[in-house]
Amino acid sequence: MSLDTATVRRVASLARLRVEEADLPRLEAELNGILGWIEQLQAVDTQGVEPMAGGGAQALRMREDRVTDGGIQEQVLANAPDRAGAFFAVPKVVE
Amino acid sequence: MSYTIEGSTGPWEVVIGLEVHAQVTSMAKLFSGAATEFGAEPNSQVSFIDAGFPGMLPVINRECVAQAVRTGLGLNAQVNLWSRFDRKNYFYADLPQGYQISQYQYPVIGTGQIEIQLGDGSTKTIGITRLHLEQDAGKSLHDQHPSKSYIDLNRSGVALMEIVSEPDMRSPEEAGAYLTKLRQILRYLGTCDGNMEQGSLRADVNVSVRKAGEGFRTRCEVKNVNSIRFVMQAVEAEARRQVELWEAGEEVVQETRLFDTTRGVTRSMRSKEDAHDYRYFPDPDLPPLVLEQSWVDSLKAALPELPDARRARYVGDFGLTPYDAHVLTLEKETAAFYEAVAKGRDPKMAANWITGDFFAGLNRVGASIGSSPVSAEDLGALLDLISDNTLSGKLAKEVLEAMFETGKAPGLIVEERGLKQVTDTGAIEAVIDQVMAANAGKVEEYRSGKDKLFGFFVGQTMKAMQGKGNPALVNELLKKKLG
Repeated sequence: MSLDTATVRRVASLARLRVEEADLPRLEAELNGILGWIEQLQAVDTQGVEPMAGGGAQALRMREDRVTDGGIQEQVLANAPDRAGAFFAVPKVVE
Repeated sequence: MSYTIEGSTGPWEVVIGLEVHAQVTSMAKLFSGAATEFGAEPNSQVSFIDAGFPGMLPVINRECVAQAVRTGLGLNAQVNLWSRFDRKNYFYADLPQGYQISQYQYPVIGTGQIEIQLGDGSTKTIGITRLHLEQDAGKSLHDQHPSKSYIDLNRSGVALMEIVSEPDMRSPEEAGAYLTKLRQILRYLGTCDGNMEQGSLRADVNVSVRKAGEGFRTRCEVKNVNSIRFVMQAVEAEARRQVELWEAGEEVVQETRLFDTTRGVTRSMRSKEDAHDYRYFPDPDLPPLVLEQSWVDSLKAALPELPDARRARYVGDFGLTPYDAHVLTLEKETAAFYEAVAKGRDPKMAANWITGDFFAGLNRVGASIGSSPVSAEDLGALLDLISDNTLSGKLAKEVLEAMFETGKAPGLIVEERGLKQVTDTGAIEAVIDQVMAANAGKVEEYRSGKDKLFGFFVGQTMKAMQGKGNPALVNELLKKKLG
């Protein structure tokens, strides 16, 4: 599998990354290099091996249904570039 | 008679599937310990996890998983003991993580089915494709400032169940009945409050049209419809639009649309054009969700009685008509009220009074079962006054009206207004004698064979007694006296 320039442009746009046209060929080559490594992994025989969904733990640990967090309005808003009262304020996004 | 839309080229069948987002009833959020309560101060129920701060690790809430399993069991569905969380990637101002933790390939609940009740008394089975757990996004307010949107993240991270149906519905009525039934099951289970005004239950409606016997044509998704009535309207509006397109020789393009409730039409959401490429991948923060069969079994054993079972019990044990049983079990509060009234009394009589005069009274004063000025206890006491002949059915209706107006107990109203039914035969006979004396001519006519006049004498006697005569006694004594 390899990526063409149009796919790289689309992936960048979906990830909201601004990539100059001149940089696309370089990115395309780098991404295809990474995909090449992944392809090498495909050569490993995984017949009869259960797929894994992560490294360490075998299963999710669960928490009890208790309110133990929140109530930190000021800390949550502290890094916001803009706010209005207790709301975050962002450039208008509307249909 | 099946539902079709009549086009210029003949009838069109409508194919509908629903994706319902149901907010899970829990104290804390799906992956954080922040509260879920509705209507709090903006951003006051937000943890660093919900706000997408770097370096935070999500830990799943056991009760949210239990609620999803209970719902799956209530939908007669497969519970998957192994499931997994994936990241669904998209950008929006009220999604601070830049992705929603959801379940894509391996949902916690697989296929199931529910039975819906239709207006003509028939039923239909609708397939459930899956149910998965996911995080809700925050809330955007667009009308507070000319150039800014305001964001409240209180809802961010609250657990949702997305419940996907098979494309098994064929009319607006069926879509409405499906959502009604789903909401009813969720509310019986206590896994979602079903409050559509507050957005606890929202539906995305998938609609396509086709000619009889065809395979599926292209569908459109109408997003975020927030009432059962609007779902039915949106289905019809969207189906009509598609019929017009096909008949004009155009194509229906698969897209996301919005239902404009004031104009009653759907319109395209252009911003969502790109959105179907969510680049799902397994969430590296979360190992698989593995459930013990014994835990699932214990949840199953503790499930409350569900609407279908309760309806069957009302028909089988109480002898109610299927229709009355349906009406009384629609809301679990109504069912509880009914059972409180029926306990130790005639269950059919209780059903008749509740579905008749009691519901009419609620409507008149604009109350719900929860805010009813007449308690189940007082309504039961009223039925007792009928059973022991203190009140006739007609007087009881008057007393019930007074109960709705004043909130007083029936015994008190009977006393205050002197409405007690007269069962003293001597008193009734005295009135009958007066009526017969005043209508000697009619008595003669009756005795010479004009049987129809009997009703006249009943009416005159009851009138003279201000309606308080016991009807059975009045009848009996009149028959005896008139000979």
